[in-house]
Amino acid sequence: MVDALLEFRNLKIEATAYPPGEPPKHVVLVHGVSVSVEKGKVLGLIGESGAGKSTIGLSAMAYGRGGVRLTGGEIILNGRDIRGADAGALRALRGKEVTYVSQSAAASFNPAKRLMEQVIETSVSHGIMTKPQAEARAVSLFRQLSLPNPETIGQRYPHQVSGGQLQRVMTAMALCPKPDLVIFDEPTTALDVTTQIDVLAAIKRAIHETGVAALYITHDLAVVAQVADHILVLRHGKKVEYGTTDQIINAPQDAYTQALVSVRSIDHVEKPEAAAVLSVQGITARYKGTRFDVLKNVTVDLAPGQTLAVVGESGSGKSTLARVITGLLPPSGGRINFAGRTLSPDLANRSKDDLRELQMIYQMADTAMNPRQTVGTIIGRPLEFYFDMTGEAKRHRLQELLDQIEMGAGFADRYPAELSGGQKQRVCIARALAAKPKLIICDEVTSALDPLVADGILKLLLDLQARENVAYLFITHDIATVRAIADKIAVMFKGQVVRYGQKTDVLAPPFDDYTDLLLSSVPEMKLGWLEKVIQTRKMEAGGN
Amino acid sequence: MRLPLSAMIGLVLTGAFLFVAVFAHWIAPYPIDMSVGGVWEPPSAQYWLGTDTIGRDIVSRLIYGAQVTIFVALASSILAFSLGSFLGFLAAVRGGWIDQGLSRAVDLVMAVPSLIVALVLLSVLPLNLTVLILVIGILDSTRVFRLSRAVAMDITVMDYVEAAKLRGEKQTWIIFREILPNALSPLVAEFGLRFIFAVLFISTLSFLGLGIQPPLTDWGGMVKENKDGLIYGKAAAMMPAMAIAALAISVNLVADWILSRTSSLKGGRGG
Repeated sequence: MVDALLEFRNLKIEATAYPPGEPPKHVVLVHGVSVSVEKGKVLGLIGESGAGKSTIGLSAMAYGRGGVRLTGGEIILNGRDIRGADAGALRALRGKEVTYVSQSAAASFNPAKRLMEQVIETSVSHGIMTKPQAEARAVSLFRQLSLPNPETIGQRYPHQVSGGQLQRVMTAMALCPKPDLVIFDEPTTALDVTTQIDVLAAIKRAIHETGVAALYITHDLAVVAQVADHILVLRHGKKVEYGTTDQIINAPQDAYTQALVSVRSIDHVEKPEAAAVLSVQGITARYKGTRFDVLKNVTVDLAPGQTLAVVGESGSGKSTLARVITGLLPPSGGRINFAGRTLSPDLANRSKDDLRELQMIYQMADTAMNPRQTVGTIIGRPLEFYFDMTGEAKRHRLQELLDQIEMGAGFADRYPAELSGGQKQRVCIARALAAKPKLIICDEVTSALDPLVADGILKLLLDLQARENVAYLFITHDIATVRAIADKIAVMFKGQVVRYGQKTDVLAPPFDDYTDLLLSSVPEMKLGWLEKVIQTRKMEAGGN
Repeated sequence: MRLPLSAMIGLVLTGAFLFVAVFAHWIAPYPIDMSVGGVWEPPSAQYWLGTDTIGRDIVSRLIYGAQVTIFVALASSILAFSLGSFLGFLAAVRGGWIDQGLSRAVDLVMAVPSLIVALVLLSVLPLNLTVLILVIGILDSTRVFRLSRAVAMDITVMDYVEAAKLRGEKQTWIIFREILPNALSPLVAEFGLRFIFAVLFISTLSFLGLGIQPPLTDWGGMVKENKDGLIYGKAAAMMPAMAIAALAISVNLVADWILSRTSSLKGGRGG
């Protein structure tokens, strides 16, 4: 370690947690982690939520979010320990030696100020350069980051550029004061998959050209493999494995790292075509008060016990399709046949059986469960409501459902706040199953979960499908998930189905331009994948 | 969890006021309307806070006054909350013309100062406790309507409410089982504040002669009876005024504490 720019030595970070209705709890977030970053190199920090990766990242500028305390070890930056440095010294180093790029660009910009003003603010206030110098540097950074109209884009306001552009402007903001180290905290996680790839490429090029060192924090190993020189795998605030990117991807030593590398390798053989349980015919829909069709003549079929994956980026209309099928948004044209009858377009006019046989699982299990109801009430309600079950019969069926989602009896009395993310989603699955449905609409059910947990949920869903012969309409933006679970695929783009058919047909060339873009944008766990894709793809993402 | 000092003081005082109000007949040393001493006697061992404009014991009248004041305020607050929160939830859940109709009606009532509305109504209607409670309760329910509608609006967009709608649940289930339990904490804190406004409102009405009628008495009425004494340097009117202030402050301390413990819908303040 000759040229170590930043070195954590036995870093310990603690915090006080305030669970509602309980006495404050003392928790250790990071247990003695040691790692170093050399000048001009990129260290990837990877782990699931709660692994402590963001906490470690922020500690590189001796900062702890609300109530987080850096209690032990050393943080050596440019040869000095910055842990416990006084406020003046920290103010001097933050924004000058170390800068930060956050996950949500939209929430990080002041909407009332022009971009340029915000990009050069720290450089000028730290006295690193004059205003004209800073503006000139900002423009050259905009160019490096492949932003359109680099000379004039700084005059715009944050709402006038797209999410991908805003993320790149924030990268320019971080690079503008010529820092030694930039912390990237999940910079592409909130972006669409087709946009992510361009931002990722721009960040990688800018890091390379400016020679800055970086901490790159993400939960996606395939993403970090494209930008990092070294990778540190974290779990529960402890170091799991550290090595070069090549070694971590191709020869992981630890069992946990191996699991991360092999995630999403579920083998699912598609089922043959069969008569449809759900048939969506020529659906066109728009939201009240708008004059724009969000869905245009959508026609798809789904057979009993099979899975139709609806794929597309945000704004493609895939969630609107779910709202139309459930009856929350009556369509302006077309009709829906379900289980041999035509569904009323309006929720209010549907029979109890229509409602029962068509269930829904949401992306955010947190908001899909009433926080004041126990798991028993949440799963038990459909049993009472649809089947008039009470007493022993209900208790028995409840236990059966809990067994099906691989959770024990003790869970019936727990509140959602006492469950982990994966367990919450399992309870939502059980609530849907309790109604004995013929179709479950799964709206991005795995995208808020950590990769390994998401894998468990997918396996559970496949398992339940085989047992209960329930059909899934699976809405997702993640092609890897589609490969794992789908029998049929509908690719949506701007409200239309642009490609539709059996899984193997849709995923086999020749592709239309959009499907090619979508498929090629999914990060693969290979070194050099990013460069190859940028060179060979047919179409660039719109509005990045 | 340790109770903060301010909350402790608030709880003890509020509890004492309630105790006095409930057991007024046993506690009060003299009957409510008996002249026992001279006019405006200063505080003494016999009459702790002195006597009033016609020689009645002020302590006894304060105690009976507490009973009436707290009873009327409590009853009208409960009425305001039942009515206001039900309609507020209904407006949030149903939306559309029900929401528009209710909200504009509430705007209309709130556009005219409550005191004027109350004075007009009370000069037309017969003066008794029931009418008083109804008038104050209905006027106050407009404020509760606004709050509960806003709180419920935040909750109705949650996926679990949508899930209940998709299940086919009736409006009453959605209001009472999905929304109400999650809206309870902010509403309970608001209840304390509204109760205080009711106390002040009754006191004002009584002071103006349109509130509690003799032989019953309340604190506002006592201020009115004794206000002339202030000119002669007699402190009798100050006693009920201070009782009103003490009740207002102690209930506010409790409400503040509840509000600070409330975990809001979006994560809460904790601590």
